[in-house]
Amino acid sequence: MSDLLNIAGKSYQSRLLVGTGKYQDFKQTRAAIDASGAEIVTVAIRRTNIGQTAGEPSLLDFLPPDQFTYLPNTAGCYSADDAVRTLRLARELLDGHTLVKLEVLGDPNTLYPNMIETIAAAKVLVKDGFDVMVYCSDDPIMAKQLEDIGCCAVMPLASLIGSGMGILNPWNLQIIIANANIPVLVDAGVGTASDAAIAMELGCQGVLMNTAIAAARDPIQMAGAMKKAVEAGREAYLAGRMAKKLYSASPSSPTTGLIS
Amino acid sequence: MQLTINGKARDFAVTQLTVAELVLQLSLEGKRLAIERNGEIVPRSQFANTQLAAGDQLEIVGAVGGG
Repeated sequence: MSDLLNIAGKSYQSRLLVGTGKYQDFKQTRAAIDASGAEIVTVAIRRTNIGQTAGEPSLLDFLPPDQFTYLPNTAGCYSADDAVRTLRLARELLDGHTLVKLEVLGDPNTLYPNMIETIAAAKVLVKDGFDVMVYCSDDPIMAKQLEDIGCCAVMPLASLIGSGMGILNPWNLQIIIANANIPVLVDAGVGTASDAAIAMELGCQGVLMNTAIAAARDPIQMAGAMKKAVEAGREAYLAGRMAKKLYSASPSSPTTGLIS
Repeated sequence: MQLTINGKARDFAVTQLTVAELVLQLSLEGKRLAIERNGEIVPRSQFANTQLAAGDQLEIVGAVGGG
C-alpha cells in the first residue's frame, strides 16, 4: 500500500508515533516500539547524570538513531525560551536533526498547553530552520495560526496528557482537519485502541501516544493493538464510511422471495 | 576553578580546562551529549578548543525516554 505519511519532506509507512517514556526498562521500550511498528519515536532532553556508572546503558543503545526517526520534545517546558533552548540542544545532540516536537505546558496539574508561549516558540524555531510538529489545544484558530507560522504538523490533544480519556471533542478535530493544509495528528489522551481508530477515522494523518501503551498491563500487546487500530482507522477513513441514519427502511437481505 | 554543571557547583584542581578535558574528567567520553555554556551551545567540534573560565554555567544534556 502506497498510502504514506509525509512529514517535512520525508515519507513514513507507519502513522503511529510513539513515546519512549514510562516503560519498565529499555528492553521493554524497544519491544513495545517494535510491536507498534512506529518509525518516529519521541525522546526527552534532560540533564545527564554525572558521577553515575560510566558504562550504564542509554536509550540510544536500544533505539539506534539510524533505525528510527527521533522526535525530541520539549516536555516539561513552561516558557517559549526554555522550549527553544531545549530544542537547540537537541539539534546539537542529534547531529543537526531538525524534526522536533514543540510543546509548551501551561499548568503542572493538567499539562494543558500554553498556546501563547507555544506560538512564540514556534515562530523562533521555524525561523531557525526547525521542522516543527506542534502539540496544541484543539482550537481551530490556534491550529491555523501554527500552520501559518510554518509548522510542518499540528498535533491537537484528544484529551489531557496521560489521561487516557480518549477523544473528547471530535467536532473541533474535524474542523481543524478540514481547514489544515499540513498533517494533523492527535497527540495525547488516547487510552485504548478504539480511540486511535476514531482519530484516524476522523481523518487524522497519524496518532502520537505514549502512556496508552506504556501503562497498559501488557505494553507489548497493546502496542500491537494500537498498530492495528491506526491501520484500521486509516483504511476506514480512505474507504469512506456509510452515512449515519437514525433508522433505515433498507435491510441488507432481499425483501422478496420470503416464504409464506 | 569552580564551574556550575547542571545546577551544581563543582571544583576542579586546574587553572585551565577545555570542554573536551571536562568531558573526560566527568567520565562522559563517548556518550552522546550536548553542552551549553553560559546559555550558548558549544558544538561538539569545538570541545577541544573551547577554554572554560571560572564561574561558567554549563548544562550537559542527553536523550532520555519521554512522550
